[in-house]
Amino acid sequence: MSSEFLPALKLTLVTFALCGLAYPLVTTGVAQILFPQQANGSLIAGAPGRPPLGSKLIGQQFQGPRWFHGRPSAVHYDARSSGASNLGPTNQLLVEHVASRAARVWADNPTWGHKPIPADYLTSSGSGLDPDISIAAARLQAPRVARARHLSEVAVDKLIAQKTTGRGLGLFGEPRVNVLALNLALTSLQGR
Amino acid sequence: MNAIFILQIAIPLLVLVAVAMPVGVFLSHLAAETPTRADRIFGPVERPLLWLCGLSREGRQMTWKTYSLALLSTNLLMAVLIYVILVAQGVLPLNPLKLGGLPPALAFNTAVSFTTNTDWQAYAGETTLSYFSQMAAITFLMFTSAATGLAAAFAFMRGLSGRTEVGNYYLDVIRILVRIFLPLAFIGALFLCWQGVPQTLSPSLHVLGPQGATQSIPVGPVASLVSIKHLGTNGGGYFGQNSAHPFENPTPLTNVVEFLLMGLIPVALVFAFGRVIGNKRQARVIFWAMAVMFLGFLILVTWAESAGNPLLARVGLDQVASGLQAGGNMVGKEVRFGIAQSALFVTGTTAFTTGSVDCMHDSLTALGGLVPLAEMMLNCVFGGKGVGFMNFMLYGILAVFLTGLMVGRTPEIFNKKIEKPEIVLASIAILIHPLIILVPSAISAVEPFGLASIANPAFHGLSEILYAFTSGAANNGSAFAGLAANTPWYNLGIGIVMLLGRYLSILALLAIAGSLAAKKKVPEGPGTLRTDTALFGTIWVGVILIVGALTFFPVVALGPVAEQLAMIAGKAF
Repeated sequence: MSSEFLPALKLTLVTFALCGLAYPLVTTGVAQILFPQQANGSLIAGAPGRPPLGSKLIGQQFQGPRWFHGRPSAVHYDARSSGASNLGPTNQLLVEHVASRAARVWADNPTWGHKPIPADYLTSSGSGLDPDISIAAARLQAPRVARARHLSEVAVDKLIAQKTTGRGLGLFGEPRVNVLALNLALTSLQGR
Repeated sequence: MNAIFILQIAIPLLVLVAVAMPVGVFLSHLAAETPTRADRIFGPVERPLLWLCGLSREGRQMTWKTYSLALLSTNLLMAVLIYVILVAQGVLPLNPLKLGGLPPALAFNTAVSFTTNTDWQAYAGETTLSYFSQMAAITFLMFTSAATGLAAAFAFMRGLSGRTEVGNYYLDVIRILVRIFLPLAFIGALFLCWQGVPQTLSPSLHVLGPQGATQSIPVGPVASLVSIKHLGTNGGGYFGQNSAHPFENPTPLTNVVEFLLMGLIPVALVFAFGRVIGNKRQARVIFWAMAVMFLGFLILVTWAESAGNPLLARVGLDQVASGLQAGGNMVGKEVRFGIAQSALFVTGTTAFTTGSVDCMHDSLTALGGLVPLAEMMLNCVFGGKGVGFMNFMLYGILAVFLTGLMVGRTPEIFNKKIEKPEIVLASIAILIHPLIILVPSAISAVEPFGLASIANPAFHGLSEILYAFTSGAANNGSAFAGLAANTPWYNLGIGIVMLLGRYLSILALLAIAGSLAAKKKVPEGPGTLRTDTALFGTIWVGVILIVGALTFFPVVALGPVAEQLAMIAGKAF
């Protein structure tokens, strides 16, 4: 050990300075110059003098008939600590959670009847902060939101189409609707 | 399953192979220490670093024993340094959330975990580590542990190619960092940031949503960490939910790029190997053998996750894919990734021993969860920085030995005779892996201190324990995250398993390389068993699967297989 101690120590200190300090600090500097919006959390600005409305990448909790709801979250969209349910496929708790959420969705959205509900809308996400829902989950909610806000269903459906993000390069991932962006579009449509 | 579904999996695979080939050439120059044009570009950067380390430009050549000693000494010093940083975090700078130092057992587990390239995390980053720790401890070790693995693979290749002096460890590490990891990680970090991954030293964000809800959102130097996390097949996340977190993996494009980053070096290493030993046919055989296993696992998990969970279909969940939803088993998955991108990531992260996750493995269907588990049990489907490749060669030695026994001749590999010392070392290296998985798993499955951490009942609980120790032994780091692993038993137990899994196999393999290098070359004759044919490739895979199945089938039958049968039968626990 003794013969390699000194060279090992030198390598440790040099790589520490290079990879542990210089690299992340230089990257931070360059990223702040090139992509300041993204590097600082992709914030959506609020009214002047007010805090930002949210990050377009981080989901928020919405409740009540007037808003589109995101997916269930194991951490109730508390961004300080991301988390998932980690329930296994044969866990009775998972089945019960999905069943009780289904009952709520059916009760809240009478126009949907008792049809099966899109998979993403009853299951909690991996991060607990998923900002998106599927197009199917948005359409399911459209009649409820339209009614609560005295809008036509056509107008709400049009908003959903506007706020739908396609697959990356037309190929990768899944089409999706950003819940915060959709709800913000709703409020701007009505003045508040 | 439509064309887009298949293409969004197939195209990243094709791109990966296309990029890995030229990178393989580049790696082969580093491994063979041949002068290249790259010397002129990187030389001026390297020279001051070498000077600081007290190294000459050629570096003194080391035997495999000295090389191992240098590797172990450096790793030990790094682990100690990081342990101290983690424990002393509270008094160190860049700590906007005023987080305290880590308790000793957790600091030990974390220092070992990142030094060994495992990146098992018994903590959640955003609530435990300061910006300084994320940079100086975590990001730092992500570079050096990956460089260590790759350096060991280079030394191994040099030994196999007949050199008794296998290079200079310190020189290898500096070159690998300057020529590969630092430039690629920097470019990768900027791409990720462009797509939305934060890179800042400002404190947490505070927002006020349109419905009046407040949110406090942690940020930090994330992109620089996530980039090397994948390139170095490390896998430890900045945030607790790793690459499922929108700040670590905001779009399907970042998902593809993170997949490519983690696959790049493991695949390129196979091509590099062919050049170093002067037999490209051999590299092709190894590549296809690994690729066939990879594709098999990929198809299994894709099918299982697309099929969804029949227990949930019965209570009103629509899991049928359509143009309006991804469908399938969406528990623990993100909408932007759906089934295709999640399945690709699951297969890649355990094949390349990265261990980052873009969906929760604990919530995969039972057979879907078997895929990452099995890949880590075999631990040689491409593998991480060098180690998986070396494991694959281990099975190659075993395959040569077995076929040699069958036809009654002395086994040879790469024109070197395989004799007792090599077989003894190979057997030890192969047996250590199941030993350090199954023994602690068995203890955890009967003792209260092990059982108390289980989150899911019945068969799945056993899978959780098994997954934890398999992940540690394979230096993977992904988890069935329901298991409450931040206990003294799991922190220390998995910590020790990670150490044994990493260093015993590296030492055994370097010893084999050293022993082979010292032997005379046997000229090829008509009786030579060629190892670069499709036939031998098939035997190679056969040996891997048979050894893997014999070792692990009983416990897998009690965990994931039993659970899948229960799921199909409509039984929940």
